[in-house]
Amino acid sequence: MTAKGWKDLVLIGVLVLAAAFVPLVTDGYWLSIAVTAMMYIALTTAWTLFSGPTHYISLATGAFFGVGGYLVATGMSDHDLPFWLMAAIAPVVSVVLAALIGAATLRLSGIYFVIFTLGLAEMIRGLVSWVQNNFLGSRGLYVLTDFTEAHIYWMLLAIAATVYVIGWLIDRSRLGFAMKIIGNDEGVAKHLGIDTARAKVLLFMVTGFFSTLVGAIVAPRYSYIEPNQVFSPELSFMVVIMALLGGTQKLWGPIIGVIPFILIWETITASFPNATTLYLGLCFLAIVYFLPNGVVGLVQKIIAKGRSA
Amino acid sequence: MSTGRSILTVDRLTKRFGGLVAVNDLSFEVREHEVMGLIGPNGSGKTTTMNLISGAFAPTSGTIHLEGRRLSGLGAHEVTRAGVSRTFQLVRVLPGLSLIDNVIAGAAFGHKRRWGGPAKEQAVRLLQRVGLGAQIGLPVSALTYIDQKRLELARALAGEPEVLLLDEWLAGLNPTELQEGIALISDLRREGRTIILVEHVMDAIRSLCDRCVVMNSGAKIAEGTPQAVLSDPEVIRAYLGDE
Ligand SMILES: Nc1ncnc2c1ncn2[C@@H]1O[C@H](COP(=O)(O)OP(=O)(O)O)[C@@H](O)[C@H]1O
Ligand SMILES: [Mg+2]
Repeated sequence: MTAKGWKDLVLIGVLVLAAAFVPLVTDGYWLSIAVTAMMYIALTTAWTLFSGPTHYISLATGAFFGVGGYLVATGMSDHDLPFWLMAAIAPVVSVVLAALIGAATLRLSGIYFVIFTLGLAEMIRGLVSWVQNNFLGSRGLYVLTDFTEAHIYWMLLAIAATVYVIGWLIDRSRLGFAMKIIGNDEGVAKHLGIDTARAKVLLFMVTGFFSTLVGAIVAPRYSYIEPNQVFSPELSFMVVIMALLGGTQKLWGPIIGVIPFILIWETITASFPNATTLYLGLCFLAIVYFLPNGVVGLVQKIIAKGRSA
Repeated sequence: MSTGRSILTVDRLTKRFGGLVAVNDLSFEVREHEVMGLIGPNGSGKTTTMNLISGAFAPTSGTIHLEGRRLSGLGAHEVTRAGVSRTFQLVRVLPGLSLIDNVIAGAAFGHKRRWGGPAKEQAVRLLQRVGLGAQIGLPVSALTYIDQKRLELARALAGEPEVLLLDEWLAGLNPTELQEGIALISDLRREGRTIILVEHVMDAIRSLCDRCVVMNSGAKIAEGTPQAVLSDPEVIRAYLGDE
């Protein structure tokens, strides 16, 4: 187990190193796809940190991501604050937000949590739009930086790698062990002395932090930001789909899910630009129905079958 | 053995589920190093009492104290840390974890905490003690029902609780397993553990319990040595009336 744990870490190290070369060998269209993929890898890994062990399906990614993008935009546009300052503040705001959401909802279980997190992103979007239109004047928010796509790609890669290492460390800690027990039987977990609410809120805060950081780092890509676009429910669903496609039992599951899905998605959005939501729903159903444990789970099952045969 | 000081005090405990009074003004004490039987017909409120002590439910009224510290009102995790461990009437092992990790789970966050090497050594020792030495490498799903119960007991012991709650731990065992089970609990008794034992098996009650509290319809109807309560006419009536 320990040896295998180290192997996982080395494997990820090699992958990160290889991924770092991508902007040197491509540009234009493919680099842009690589940035999108890297964004989703970071978001999905962060999502899996919390939702993998707890089995709580969070649709709050869009809310966190939006906080990142929006705070960077409003800070730079309205207050002339530097990008880095806003990129540092936004995740902290989200950590507080995650703690509040956690305190309010993690005592709820299953479906209520899903609905609350979905509603939350919508609520924040509505609130921000309303404040923007009524009090701040609906001037556009501009995020003007010198970053190239390659810069953004490398920053996202660094975030994804950091999230992975943090997840790897949590996995070996008492907190990670507590999360595994909670995922098995939350009632038993409490009776073993685990403060289940605290453990869940802590991990949710970590997820919130990194999802927001991704939103902040990606903001310069859009240059023009409006709340409707960054607080996107579609993003929350995309993350869930890709995480489930890869499989949430392993922290590297998302990588397996994101890359094929992004390629498929590019094709779908290019061919049927008006029916994306429909296809998103279909993908969601297909994955939940046919691949409940994701590609990783499927591969493990096949290996296990091969061994026993 | 029942001369020790009182360690757990249940005072005027009541639990209502809507209109149903599952536990009704129940008071008793558990002394250090004793095995106290909590008996009574089905539906008399034994499991609910265990759930109230372990913090699974908050009482409607009344208090529970462990060595002077108030448990009622605390969450289950705080009660566990304070020194109460339990098994469940319907066994609840952790299917996704190895046997060793199932036991470590009881030590990592419990009353007396262990983690890493020491937790693992203790887990192996406890698994051997409950009779799972030969099964250590197996997945939990490969365990029989009795072996799952053994595993749950090892998990409950791992945090070195002050008070151990066993809810029908002997139920569903065949005669051989039952003898092994009784021997195991009597072993725990010999090492001076404090146990509340909810049990239906009369042999087990007679041979294991220092004292019994008998419940019927949520209320205490008798208290005393196993011989005394089992020959009490009201107790006999409660049992027969229920059959
Ligand atoms: N969570 C609950 N909600 C509602 N009623 C319950 C609950 N738990 C137990 N009861 C009721 O309380 C009574 C006592 O049950 P229980 O404590 O399980 O009895 P015992 O363990 O002595 O068989 C029963 O009538 C049972 O149906
Ligand atoms: Mg019961």
